[in-house]
Amino acid sequence: MIEGKAIIFGNNIDTDQILGAHHLVLPTIGEMAGYTFEHHAHFTSGFAKGDILVAGDNFGCGSSREQAAAVLKERGVAAVIARGFARIFFRNAINLGLQLIVCPEASEIAAKDKLTITAEKIRNETTGKEYAREPLPPFVAGILKSGGIIPYLQKNR
Amino acid sequence: MNVIEKILAAHSPETMVHPGQIIEVALDAVMANDATACLAIDIFKNELKTDRVFDPEKVILVMDHYTPSSSIAAADSHNKMRKFALDQGLRYVYDGAGVCHQLMMEHHVLPGQLIVGADSHTCTYGALGALATGMGSTDVAVAWKEGRIWMKVPEAMRITVSGQWPAHVYAKDLILKIIGDLTVKGATYKALCFDGPAVQALRISERMTICNMAIEAGAKFAYVQPDATTEAYMKKAGREGYRVFTDDADARYERTMEYDVSALAPQIAFPHSVDNVRDISTFAGTVIDELFLGACTNGRFADLEIAAAILKGRKIAGNVRFLVTPASKDVYLQALEAGLIRIFMESGAMVSAPGCSACFGGSGGILGKGERLLTTANRNFRGRVGSPDSEIYLASPAVVAASAINGCITDPRGGLR
Ligand code: SF4
Repeated sequence: MIEGKAIIFGNNIDTDQILGAHHLVLPTIGEMAGYTFEHHAHFTSGFAKGDILVAGDNFGCGSSREQAAAVLKERGVAAVIARGFARIFFRNAINLGLQLIVCPEASEIAAKDKLTITAEKIRNETTGKEYAREPLPPFVAGILKSGGIIPYLQKNR
Repeated sequence: MNVIEKILAAHSPETMVHPGQIIEVALDAVMANDATACLAIDIFKNELKTDRVFDPEKVILVMDHYTPSSSIAAADSHNKMRKFALDQGLRYVYDGAGVCHQLMMEHHVLPGQLIVGADSHTCTYGALGALATGMGSTDVAVAWKEGRIWMKVPEAMRITVSGQWPAHVYAKDLILKIIGDLTVKGATYKALCFDGPAVQALRISERMTICNMAIEAGAKFAYVQPDATTEAYMKKAGREGYRVFTDDADARYERTMEYDVSALAPQIAFPHSVDNVRDISTFAGTVIDELFLGACTNGRFADLEIAAAILKGRKIAGNVRFLVTPASKDVYLQALEAGLIRIFMESGAMVSAPGCSACFGGSGGILGKGERLLTTANRNFRGRVGSPDSEIYLASPAVVAASAINGCITDPRGGLR
């Protein structure tokens, strides 16, 4: 079970917004993570480890930079809930074991709402509403369950 | 099966595949560049704990985003790539030779191949009838080790384009128009297949412009069926011995869209999303600070030639700076021999070494606060080329050249002062 407060984003959040291109040459994800969403003040001042990002459509669109998913994990983002994810970001996040949850009603969640996420549903503790989460294909769920593609391959090869 | 499914099936242990199915596929090449390779090297060594790539001929590294090295960190990451290449005995490592996708198309891609690259615009190779897609560094590290990767078979969409290309209207205008209609998520996870007489009329260079931007609608693959133009390109490149796949009689497409280019006007994508697309008339006269001609979208000889024809004997406006970056060394040399470089420099433009240049801003061309860039590149995300308070407009090489002369967004169909 995941518990955390919601940090809200809009539609089409691209990888340049998550982590600007000029930070990609830094030697470690730890050093890049300090620049996560650097131009989004509500994230830089309001995010605490264990919080949940909630967004609209097409989260993570743009470049293939895995660093965008990696810095979210490094900062301790507990999960990303969105109406939809861009393909490459989706794959990168699953490979790294970052919880992504597709939820058509994501836009009903407001800033700072307290959320509880279980295997079947999302519960908004602030409003009392519950939402179903879209299931992942079993193969993909298996990767996530193992903690990412590398532990998955180690277990299954 | 449709052609996408057939190429995937041919690279997998399956004889038949269908959309939604997850399959393991063998890869013909794996590309990474200097924005993504170092992370893949770390994962390859420290997490996969392996010391050999599956095939040193098929792992290709390109330094293009931050070259010539623009910071100490970039220089260090380039050295890490060079060391990895040496340790692994990699055959193909490019430094300062051009944008990764341009080099892949010039030297490596064959029709019918399946390729992954740690760069979202890897879908460009569909212009030669290859299936290619972008992935992250972990996937690429796994692919380096195993030579295989898992993929979900995508649904395919077919976009049929007919009509006569009007003067000063190009492939870039068409793909911007299509993305405006599809939206930035309209093709998420799908294969976009482009066909019809107006696509067949295009050179490989222009087909690349179209396939390059398929990712801007979220697509996984782009594809143009190989034809006589493809065959001639391959022959000139000296690469033979490939297999051309075609649709079966029962091929299924999830959706079909039709376009006619006959009445298409030059298009502009305005800040800060690639699907913000309008006819150029909406923005005519918008004052610009910087212009860029280049990138894997439009940095080829054909693009430079179109721009040079407009710039010849003219000077760029005093209020702008204009950066021209050939997409590869071969493009640069060809442009040099054809006298295009002289035309650019005499007009007042700067010509820089091949690479990503101001598409990414990793080696210069960065925008200041409140500045406006008009570019032939493929993305106008907020802050992509510098200040988060700058604006990026996307257009064709003809629009960029005409606008450089006037210092504001200008319709190349007679808008020149
Ligand atoms: S030219 Fe631009 S879009 Fe193409 S690979 Fe380089 S940074 Fe990416």
